[in-house]
Amino acid sequence: MKFTLSWLKDHLDTDASLDEICEKLTAIGLEVEDVDDKAAFKPFVIAKVVSAEQHPNADKLRVLMVDTGKGDPIQVVCGAPNARAGLIGAFAAPGTYVPGIDVTLSVGNIRGVESRGMMCSEKELEISDNHDGIIELPADAPVGASYAGYAGLDDPVIEINLTPNRPDCTSIYGIARDLAASGLGTLKTPKAASFKVEGETPVKVKLELGGDDHLCPGFALRLVRGVRNGPSPRWMQQRLIAIGLRPINALVDITNYMTFDQGRPLHVFDAAKVKGDLVVRRAGEGEKVLALDTREYTLNPANVVISDDNGVESIGGIMGGEHSGCDENTVDVLIESALWDPMNIAKTGRSHGIITDARYRFERGVDPEYMVPGLERATELVLELCGGVPAKADVVGYKGYTPKVVDFPFSEVKRLTGLDVSEAESANILTRLGFTVTGSGERVSVAVPSWRPDVDGKADLVEEVMRIHGVDNIKPAALESHAAVNGRILTTLQIRTRLAKRALAARGMLEAVTWSFIPKAHAELFGGGAPSLALSNPIASDMSDMRPSLLPGLLAAAQRNADKGYGDVALFEVSGTYENDRPEGQRRVAGGVRRGTATLAGSGRLWSNAAKGGGKPVDVYDAKADALAVIEACGLPMGNVQIEPGAPGWYHPGRSGTIKMGPKIVLGYFGEFHPKTLGALDVSGALCGFEIFIDAMPEPKKKATRTKPALDLSPFQAVKRDFAFVVDKTVEAGAIVRAATGADRKLISAVNVFDVFEGASLGEGKKSVAIEVVIQPVDKTLTDEDFEALTARIVGNVLKTTGGTLRA
Amino acid sequence: MTELETLESGLLADVAAASDEAAIEAVRVAALGKKGSVSELLKTLGTMSPEERQTRGAAINALKTRVTDAINARKTALRDAAIDARLKAETVDVSLPVRSSPAERGRIHPISQIVDEITAIFADMGFSIAEGPDVETDYYNFTALNFPEGHPAREMHDTFFFPADENGDRKVLRTHTSPVQVRTMEAQKPPIRIIIPGKTYRQDSDATHSPMFHQVEGLVVDRKANVANMRWVLEEFCKAFFEVDSVTMRFRPSFFPFTEPSFEVDIQCDRSSGPIVKFGEGTDWMEILGCGMVHPNVLRAGGLDPDEYQGFAWGMGLDRIAMLKYGMPDLRDFFNADVRWLSHYGFRPLDMPTLFGGLSA
Repeated sequence: MKFTLSWLKDHLDTDASLDEICEKLTAIGLEVEDVDDKAAFKPFVIAKVVSAEQHPNADKLRVLMVDTGKGDPIQVVCGAPNARAGLIGAFAAPGTYVPGIDVTLSVGNIRGVESRGMMCSEKELEISDNHDGIIELPADAPVGASYAGYAGLDDPVIEINLTPNRPDCTSIYGIARDLAASGLGTLKTPKAASFKVEGETPVKVKLELGGDDHLCPGFALRLVRGVRNGPSPRWMQQRLIAIGLRPINALVDITNYMTFDQGRPLHVFDAAKVKGDLVVRRAGEGEKVLALDTREYTLNPANVVISDDNGVESIGGIMGGEHSGCDENTVDVLIESALWDPMNIAKTGRSHGIITDARYRFERGVDPEYMVPGLERATELVLELCGGVPAKADVVGYKGYTPKVVDFPFSEVKRLTGLDVSEAESANILTRLGFTVTGSGERVSVAVPSWRPDVDGKADLVEEVMRIHGVDNIKPAALESHAAVNGRILTTLQIRTRLAKRALAARGMLEAVTWSFIPKAHAELFGGGAPSLALSNPIASDMSDMRPSLLPGLLAAAQRNADKGYGDVALFEVSGTYENDRPEGQRRVAGGVRRGTATLAGSGRLWSNAAKGGGKPVDVYDAKADALAVIEACGLPMGNVQIEPGAPGWYHPGRSGTIKMGPKIVLGYFGEFHPKTLGALDVSGALCGFEIFIDAMPEPKKKATRTKPALDLSPFQAVKRDFAFVVDKTVEAGAIVRAATGADRKLISAVNVFDVFEGASLGEGKKSVAIEVVIQPVDKTLTDEDFEALTARIVGNVLKTTGGTLRA
Repeated sequence: MTELETLESGLLADVAAASDEAAIEAVRVAALGKKGSVSELLKTLGTMSPEERQTRGAAINALKTRVTDAINARKTALRDAAIDARLKAETVDVSLPVRSSPAERGRIHPISQIVDEITAIFADMGFSIAEGPDVETDYYNFTALNFPEGHPAREMHDTFFFPADENGDRKVLRTHTSPVQVRTMEAQKPPIRIIIPGKTYRQDSDATHSPMFHQVEGLVVDRKANVANMRWVLEEFCKAFFEVDSVTMRFRPSFFPFTEPSFEVDIQCDRSSGPIVKFGEGTDWMEILGCGMVHPNVLRAGGLDPDEYQGFAWGMGLDRIAMLKYGMPDLRDFFNADVRWLSHYGFRPLDMPTLFGGLSA
């Protein structure tokens, strides 16, 4: 919402400076977004050409002597065809910035003649596009005075960022009312319109909305006969231009002027082009109208139109039709002042993509009580600017305004804001804003004025009192302390999420945040792509579906980095994935991807690994270590965690695993990827990854005590014994470890696999797995017989469960 | 030269000539072993007269002591030389590089770090953390937050929609973290003090808008929380978060459907040094958050009586305050996973924000 300072002062009697006004506007909730104080125009002065001689060296140039009202005439070289002695125009001295040509003037020398300034065209001052000649002012223009002041170009323009709840301040009058209420001046009460009407408005208005009368709660129409529709006066044009509108002709300019001055959008029809009566109705399906923006719109029954016997003449409350618009030939004009349903205006405007000043106001709510006064004021302006004879207005549909009444205890102000405002002051503020306060004492009734549809209840009134009284008067007050040391505030899931992030970062991985939406094809590759999780209006086709997994985003990110020359990357993310559109369908997942040689130890070649040919490419075991690190960090008992071979289809079937806890809980997957998946994602290189479902982890058991179990240290020396078993290649090392461990749960404290070997010497389909068994005697030093017995149990157990035999 | 002198000078010459530990041991055995030359002399002591023992005996013992000392000294010197030689042989090039610690290379994304910073601050004020789903119902995202059906304010949200289900209801990607306000009020009776960090989505994209971004929301509901308390909470937060001694904040009346009264809040700062914004000084204003008293209709949607309970709420862009504090120039980079950006703007895993250790190092 834009307006000029002088325009505001039409309605507000104030001595406040521009700065004070802007500061107050912001303070009462009308945030000033931009102020143009027009200082750029200040240097231009009215000057008179004393003499104009032919330039000695150029046919089209003249050498002027210019009287600027100060000192001796100044010599200026000028190329304008109308430059002549006696002309009064706008002069810019050297040092002046000329906006229209984006140049700061200096003393020039044009073809050998010195020029000390410039006589300006309208284009150079950005008044119009006219560049045919320099500005010519009437003979009585005061030489030496500020041109901007004379021409009204020094009127500062203020733009406020209006919140959608304040239709009353879509009018300059409304803004003045708010400022006056805040104590910055006095609101000027407009004179009631007075003119004599003659006869009836012959064109009648019919509301044919089939019972949906709320779509047009009022319609006022008046004919003015015998108008002369030329350009509007300069003062009106200047104001319209200043706020960014293009003057058209007086009748149209009056409607635009009223839209901003009073927040009252109007429409004018050329009566000669209207055939029959005006009917307000829903548009027919596919009905077309050529609107004033010269575009044709295809309407539907959700749109309300004003039509006559020729068809649609206007899209109600949004834009008039080209056919019945007013031009310089208009003699009889019909002025429309109507009310429309805000919701329907918003929908219609949105569906057709039409943004107009009328729509802006009607969808926020136009003051119903000003429908008729607005028509009266517009009529007055038409009579003033175009002459003519007004007929009696035809008003239909309007049922009057019944104010909302709010039961308001003044104590609400203190309760909600902490402000101490006296009851009298509160009542006074509300009254100044146009509310009617009745009753007395602590609890009053407050009637809401017709221009404030946003005010519904007590809290709204508190806001009114608060913003006018001054938000700055509210002093910060400490929130009540709990008067105790805070306990734990994070949930288990939140704690585990944090730990997973820190644990993975501590493993040298970089935390990424990738998009929650990914290409449909990627979603489908990872088990997603359900229609219920596909956006209806994605911002781009490759951001269309909610991700079923963190992996596609991380794999794509790894490839992007590789494409930039950073191929050894370790990325992770701990965030949401989406199984369905319900809250519980959003999982909390820790996922990670390593690419190239980005192992835990570090990536790339280093002198110390040169013997191995440089950095080792990442593989399934790097992913497994990351996955288990997350589970460990989250505090799950690792003894209950099992690894099963294989994982969902996007993983390498022989180089992936599933991590489970008990038979039911899947904690996650890890592995290398299926080459088809990588191909479909268009990524390449050594890659491994994992996903751990943090939300699947059970809550830790509540412990009765924080005390750790007693530590029982054996006084006897621990002993290590090595075994190598030959087993079928398909036997898992884990099974051998379990069998060995089970041989004596009391004595055996650890079993570590330290070598896996395959070779022809072992036979076809065989491998050797070497384990180190750590034996911790508990109550005595073991004898040779004890060791023999234990060894026999270990070998026996391994044979029984895996078929493995001791390697010869 | 006496016989003893000859023997001694011969032995000492042997000691001096011994070039390794084996040679000196041979000298020792030859002199002091069972049949060694000095041992043999010592054996003669028993046959001597007391007078003879006093002179010659003493001389022999003195000889033994000197030879023993010489042998030991030589032994030590040879052992030291051997160690020195070994150490010299073992010398390596310590300028060769080693691997950095993984914990030194890894990075926490600025968003996670900021959430931890905010958590540390609000935990101190007795807040806990609430979360909610990204895929929301229209009810929680709009209706329960007092956005009337068809209201222009809904349009301003540039909402992402999912297809309508069999009942014609369309899920949305939440446009703000505010739905969690009502979800929390439904699940928990006041007093409520929560902050709600999370992902939010709007169909908008340029240098300062991303279709996915992060917000942090705050909610306090009890029987007396008012605007003055809200000012205090937000000022304390900004001071602590930006790690400055004082901030000047400007509360401007504004409009949000879910609060009444509503405010936009500007923070005074110095923007004169280009993209770097300094808080706690300067004369510029920068909008930083929106807030207000929870609208009575929102309290009702949460099952609370607005005449009994009251409270305030605020929301701000997490990515934005991260950019203000740490100086990232472009929001879109947050979601690109460029390892150079992550390494530069990310945080080390052991840099954990706490109040006792300072939020940032």
